[in-house]
Amino acid sequence: MDRKKKAQLVRHFTEAIPYSKALSMYLEELGEGDAVISMPYDARFVGDPTTGVIHGGAVSALMDTTGGAAVMSHPDAPLVTATLDLRIDYMRAATPGQRIVCRAECYHVTRSVAFMRAVAHDDDADNPIATATGAFTADGGKPSVATPGAPT
Amino acid sequence: MKRPEPVQVVKERRDAALSALVEQVPYIGFLGIHFDRRGDELTAVLPYTETLIGNPALPAIHGGVTASFLEVTSIIELGWALMWEEIESGERTIEDLTPSSMPRLPKTIDFTVDYLRSGLPRDAYARARINRSGRRYASVHVEAWQDNRSRLFAQATGHFLMPARDG
Repeated sequence: MDRKKKAQLVRHFTEAIPYSKALSMYLEELGEGDAVISMPYDARFVGDPTTGVIHGGAVSALMDTTGGAAVMSHPDAPLVTATLDLRIDYMRAATPGQRIVCRAECYHVTRSVAFMRAVAHDDDADNPIATATGAFTADGGKPSVATPGAPT
Repeated sequence: MKRPEPVQVVKERRDAALSALVEQVPYIGFLGIHFDRRGDELTAVLPYTETLIGNPALPAIHGGVTASFLEVTSIIELGWALMWEEIESGERTIEDLTPSSMPRLPKTIDFTVDYLRSGLPRDAYARARINRSGRRYASVHVEAWQDNRSRLFAQATGHFLMPARDG
């Protein structure tokens, strides 16, 4: 598959994810092994009612989606992937009212696993809200007992 | 010896505390999560809806939904444990158990999700266990399953910053 065709498919797939749509995520940039997705501020995603800060879970969803898009867009990774592991570190609360932007990079792909790292920030781009690292399946979705993320 | 309170009074206070704790968080309502209670044991329930999908081809629940569900379960478990003594002693009366009178919730420091199998288009359940809870920090492990309690589809461990307490 040529690169342009693959980028088109990844874009199409990412934009069609129902839960990402529910969180109003927008695919800003898609490269070869990296992606940028934004999520607007929305009162429905608030986790702390006294401050109006977005729930960590919504940030996790943004980072997982961006990580998956980065993995799929990598030239050595297949179009089908599933998250094996995701670790998120929260540096600070996101500023209420501001959108959150996540940039993810797939930095290594083996025959079976893709590794990614991501950073999320609000309007203050030099001061991250959260960072994430994750491992994704990269075996093309072949069902096997050794592939926990594969369809059963 | 003091005569025990009637069971319905105790239950009413516990249920009021739990719903106030859960209802104050908009994102919990957005996901449609609710909690079942048996004594002090909580089980989070995530009813399946099509908006929770992450991969329409399988279909499978979004990894971010699973992460959110596990994080919500952990935070509510911690908030519940923080309030339990006040609920049981009657220090907090029914009138003090409204969403606006809830104590500050713990803040997530880090959260690591282990995806064991894909989340099916079915209801999901989760229970959290507080492994360590100190004055400042807490460590929580949480497990989620769907049809079979012994077949987990995800688990997670997280560290939390506890709210500053009076006194």
